[in-house]
Amino acid sequence: MIISIASGKGGTGKTTIATNLAVALAPEVKLLDCDVEEPNGHIFIQPRITHTEEVGLKVPQVDLSKCTLCGRCQEICQFKAIVVVGKSVLTFPELCHSCGGCIEVCPEDAVTEVDRAMGVFERGTRDGLQFAYGHLYVGQVMAVPLIERVRAEGESDTRTIIDAPPGTSCPVISSVKGTDFVILVTEPTPFGLNDLKLAVGMVKILNIPHGIVINRSDLGDDKVKEYAHQEGIPILMEIPFSRQIAEAYSRGKLLVEEVPDWKEKFMQLYERIVDYAGKS
Amino acid sequence: MQEKAEVKELIVISGKGGTGKTSVLGAFASLAENKVLCDADVDAADLYLILEPDIKERQDFQEGHKAVIDKDKCTECGICRELCRFHAISPEYEVDPIDCEGCGVCVYFCPADAIEFPLKTCGELFISDTRCGPMVHARLGIAEDNSGKLVTLTRQKAREQAKNKGLNLILTDGPPGLACPVIASITGADGVLIVTEPTLSGHHDMDRVVELARHFEIPASVCINKYDLNRNMTETIEAYARDEGLPIAGRIPFDPSFTAAMVQKQTIVEYDTSCSAAQAVRGIWEKLDSSL
Repeated sequence: MIISIASGKGGTGKTTIATNLAVALAPEVKLLDCDVEEPNGHIFIQPRITHTEEVGLKVPQVDLSKCTLCGRCQEICQFKAIVVVGKSVLTFPELCHSCGGCIEVCPEDAVTEVDRAMGVFERGTRDGLQFAYGHLYVGQVMAVPLIERVRAEGESDTRTIIDAPPGTSCPVISSVKGTDFVILVTEPTPFGLNDLKLAVGMVKILNIPHGIVINRSDLGDDKVKEYAHQEGIPILMEIPFSRQIAEAYSRGKLLVEEVPDWKEKFMQLYERIVDYAGKS
Repeated sequence: MQEKAEVKELIVISGKGGTGKTSVLGAFASLAENKVLCDADVDAADLYLILEPDIKERQDFQEGHKAVIDKDKCTECGICRELCRFHAISPEYEVDPIDCEGCGVCVYFCPADAIEFPLKTCGELFISDTRCGPMVHARLGIAEDNSGKLVTLTRQKAREQAKNKGLNLILTDGPPGLACPVIASITGADGVLIVTEPTLSGHHDMDRVVELARHFEIPASVCINKYDLNRNMTETIEAYARDEGLPIAGRIPFDPSFTAAMVQKQTIVEYDTSCSAAQAVRGIWEKLDSSL
């Protein structure tokens, strides 16, 4: 089973849930940190890295000795990433979506593809737990191809936990799509509720079973619970605010290892998800 | 030679989500004068929940295209499925609108001319009045892309508002992260305030946005929210900021009044102008205001 963890709003506790759930289930579990813009899972997991690779995006390169300046590449490109200027062809790799249109359309076979480095993918272990993540190079605009590289490590016959980035747009969709269950982490505040509703809209479009974890559950109001009841979405777990938890988090420590009873609570969370998702 | 624009824009960003960007920006909205407010977190916009805008103008945000196969014309030759690198076309020749990248390769090469390529509406933009001044905000459709372009458009509209109304400041609430929407929200700005928290994650994520601001040559300063949850980490982050030559705008204590204010749809300054968090935010604003 693949469980993904999303939230809409940032900073609600996705990484806390993902890392603690994974360590509670270790060693037979994979944890994939798909927040390649701001990955934090490795801070808590401290994996021993066994594999590192640079991830590139395919972008066009034009051989001007073959090019007849016909302009078809410019015409097909929806992203303005290839333009004929005077007697030359300019490419804008940061705008390219790697659709391959310019290569396919060129009648002279003058366009080929080269890799443009966008970030690094790493894989490692921690006491048998398998961990993978990516970090996007600073200044890179597109995160999705690197997310897809991390996401490709997930296998439905292995217990896999995916930590998604915040929001509800393309980077989140590529992390969550195709998973068996989504844990939506929220906090009981107006911002938390607003962004939870957006996240619920997203998982409904993707048609994935889902449940809610309420973090800092005693700071705020009851509107998140009222909403969950109205919508019939199960509340899987509540984590009250505690300085002990906040302090452990700030030092990169895991709840299941620092605070008594939490390992048991995360095991129960998993059992509940198995019941709702109908698979393990 | 063109004079430097009179309207200054300050963006609040963080890298890590949930550090308090919107609460801090909301407080600035209560403190600053002659400004336009801009919510550039179009993916999960929250500023409107505090400022309760009265919407005066709305417009559809149209950007990009999606492929749609006309079953009557389709001969099921398979060329589109072969060429689509995003695996967006099913064996039944249905295009998955979520997977479709809008590249148009299938449209171009379809021998039966069976694929339409309509412009899509992927969000809405609003120009509003609030009790703290004019506000430009937006909503990206759920599961839509092109957030960077909507961010750019939202900021353009905020600048138009400032010019039309003779206001000299734009306060922009930025999105979390490091890539497309964040880059779109900071390019060309006069300054960024990085709001972080005293955790290893907050530190790690801040380092990356500091590098991003430097990459785009935008002056950055740092403030630490909930600083008293880990004072050692606060000092570590401030030492890092000093080493990087970044001004430290201030520290804000952990204060449940932020949540209580949000529940009341108020900024922290409106909720309790004398509480320690409101005082801290006021100090930060005075520093930023004089440096802009």
